[in-house]
Amino acid sequence: MLDFPRWKVWLIGIVIAIGVLLSIPSLIAKSPLADHWPKWLPNSKISLGLDLAGGSHLLYEADARDAQKTRVQAMEDSVATELRRDPRIAIGDISTSGGKLSFMVRDPTQVDAAVERMRQLTRPVALTGNRDWDVSVVDSSRVVLTPTASGTAQALKDAMGTARDVVRRRIDPSGTKEITVVTEGGNRILVEVPGVEDPEALKKLIGQTARLEFKLIDLSASQQDAQQGRAPPGSQVLPLADGTGVMVVKRRVMVSGDQLTDAKQSFDQNGRPDISITFDSAGARRFGRVTQENVGKPFAIILDDKILSAPVIESPILGGQAQITGNFTVQSAHDLAVSLASGKLPVKLIPIEERTISAELGQDSIRKGVIASIIAVVGVIIFMLVTYGRFGVYANIALVVNAFLILGIMAVFNATLTLPGIAGFILTIGAAVDANVLINERIREEMRRGRRLMDAVETGYTEAFRAIFDANVTHVISASIMAYFGSGPVRGFAVVLLIGVVTSVFTAVYFTRMLVALWIHRTRPRELHI
Amino acid sequence: MKLLKLVPENTNVDFMRWRNVALVLSLIATITSIGYTIYHGLNLGIDFVGGQVVRVEFAQPVHIQDLRTRIDQLGVGEATPTALGKDERTYQIRLPKPSGPEGASNAVVSKLRAAIPQAYPGARVDAGESVSGKVSEELAQDSAMAIGFAMIGIAIYIWFRFEWQFGVGALLTLAHDIAMTLGFFAFTRLPVDLNVVAAFLTIVGYSLNDTVVIYDRIREDLRKYRKMAILPLLNLSLNETLARTVVTSLTVLIALGVLMLIGPEVIFGLAIAIFLGVLIGTYSSIYISVPTLVWLGLKPDSFVKAEDRDAAQPETA
Repeated sequence: MLDFPRWKVWLIGIVIAIGVLLSIPSLIAKSPLADHWPKWLPNSKISLGLDLAGGSHLLYEADARDAQKTRVQAMEDSVATELRRDPRIAIGDISTSGGKLSFMVRDPTQVDAAVERMRQLTRPVALTGNRDWDVSVVDSSRVVLTPTASGTAQALKDAMGTARDVVRRRIDPSGTKEITVVTEGGNRILVEVPGVEDPEALKKLIGQTARLEFKLIDLSASQQDAQQGRAPPGSQVLPLADGTGVMVVKRRVMVSGDQLTDAKQSFDQNGRPDISITFDSAGARRFGRVTQENVGKPFAIILDDKILSAPVIESPILGGQAQITGNFTVQSAHDLAVSLASGKLPVKLIPIEERTISAELGQDSIRKGVIASIIAVVGVIIFMLVTYGRFGVYANIALVVNAFLILGIMAVFNATLTLPGIAGFILTIGAAVDANVLINERIREEMRRGRRLMDAVETGYTEAFRAIFDANVTHVISASIMAYFGSGPVRGFAVVLLIGVVTSVFTAVYFTRMLVALWIHRTRPRELHI
Repeated sequence: MKLLKLVPENTNVDFMRWRNVALVLSLIATITSIGYTIYHGLNLGIDFVGGQVVRVEFAQPVHIQDLRTRIDQLGVGEATPTALGKDERTYQIRLPKPSGPEGASNAVVSKLRAAIPQAYPGARVDAGESVSGKVSEELAQDSAMAIGFAMIGIAIYIWFRFEWQFGVGALLTLAHDIAMTLGFFAFTRLPVDLNVVAAFLTIVGYSLNDTVVIYDRIREDLRKYRKMAILPLLNLSLNETLARTVVTSLTVLIALGVLMLIGPEVIFGLAIAIFLGVLIGTYSSIYISVPTLVWLGLKPDSFVKAEDRDAAQPETA
């Protein structure tokens, strides 16, 4: 007990110094002092949770049915393109019902060739040995493509990755904001944007799939059939965006928004807001060709399966520049331009959880939390002082050091402090002194039993440690489970508790032991006042 | 300086004398608490049943009846405003989960967000939350699992470190604490949200902390006084740890009391749950966890054969 080697004293001292150093950037974060903090010193800070910083937390889930439908539609497009290369294979009666794609091959001798071409369209799914679509033939002339489970899972995974990037580009086109966009549990995207008080604009940006397509209007269709939702083969009925009716368009996509390089809000010659789009070189060539072939005909500009407008092609558009007109306000044109420029969402996202906290409420919580923490610490310090005297002082020093260490470790890991985290902090303060209470009570007891001073202190620390160890393991168990199962704020609470348990054993046991050892070594007391 | 000694030296309380009385009372209290909770239900927050909550701060005091009428006119469903604080300026308005597509739920919050500042100039919407049925089901399930796993994990640990009787004793103690705290929430109608779950897990950890300290001393005394009868031995262990129990509980209560009285009201539920849990946990670590050992047939020689395993215990550095 008495021989506390010098290197151990240094080691403990260095650990504490590092902890204090690491905690400073977080403590002075919002004050002018932050500018004077030397650049060469550690500068990582604790980040504040949205409940303290204010902002919006949005959780989206992919619409699995929509994803499936989009996938079958995309397959339909590739099938049409693929089979057009071989004029001998004539097909008809394309169906996309039941989540499968099927078509009839008119010439029975060409079925095998069609199947072979379809096989080439499918791709192996990594690590599973399966392909993403099953190709089969029924009734000897009908080719059926069925999505496989692993193919669907892989497609969803890819779609979520793309969706995450698209969402990020939409909310933060410049890539400079401190926002969080992460995928969760395979089919969800969590968006956290600090400082946003009204999430409406945010939700509009994320909520739009922004699938832009240009299709020719089918002039042969009768208006009556269209009203009843019937369209000639190769065409489809789509509603107008303003809800005033329907139109029949060719199924085949002339050009799609995938081939855009840029989109900006602008004004047309009458001063109404519209959107200027720029195609990439392939898109520009294609757009030029189809407009050249169809001069004088109307075409539809379609966004997410709704017709925005249907202008007539007056002359070929060759420069790769076009305007999208529709019933826009400046704001809605701007939003759509951002969405188009960031690419379409590969899957529809549905909001399933939303939490928004204003910055004022967050500030208020921080202020009250800090005041409560300070008063709690002062209360505990006074209580320990009157109960244990000198040993209470040691416990109190340990308490303050512990607070710095918790903050320092949180800063290193860039942990997030939430409101329940502040509660966890206060609770740790209460629980950390428990170790010292155990030790000090044990020393009192051993003194009463007539042990000599040094012996009593030694036994006190040794015997109390067993209970401290077991008690802290139970804390670690419950805090770990909380961190694993808990969401957001609860996890913040668990993290503080977990860090606090570890640091409190260090400060309350090893650090106070060192202080006691140094004191005994220096003064060689003859009696103990505890 | 005269030091404070809350528990006088050589205190010798015969705790075990009232163990059967305490058992009957605890049993009645626990059953009443569970029954009350089942019958009246908990005031579950939107985290667990879905729905929407908007928190508004008004420039002037607003009467609750007036507020209710105005929200009713919006046609957003049945609204339940609750005043936060006493000055009638801060309200929490809870709205039911709308039927229809999941996405619609967010629309109602937006509607209130726009309408409230119009009806009450200077009003500020401070927070808006909306949780769909799907997410709330998951949160409820995860929370129940977290509490369940924490209890089982801790009981298994105690069983390994001590004897099986101690593991069972710890588990019963925890069940008692959770049941009593649930009853408290059912009775006071305080809303149960995610923060309260954190509180429950903390109670589990804290109550165990107390129990472990006492169990540790029982284990030590069992080895030291092998000839002593079990009841006097348990009393001795309880009295030896009494000072520590009182001091620690008081410290934690000081810290939590402060948080409860002047801390942010958003975590009031969390603070009061832990405060109460500490009181209940202090009681149960004496009157549930220790008497259980007697009923489960703990013998004075229970640790003699466990000597080999104890050699592997951690030593202080």
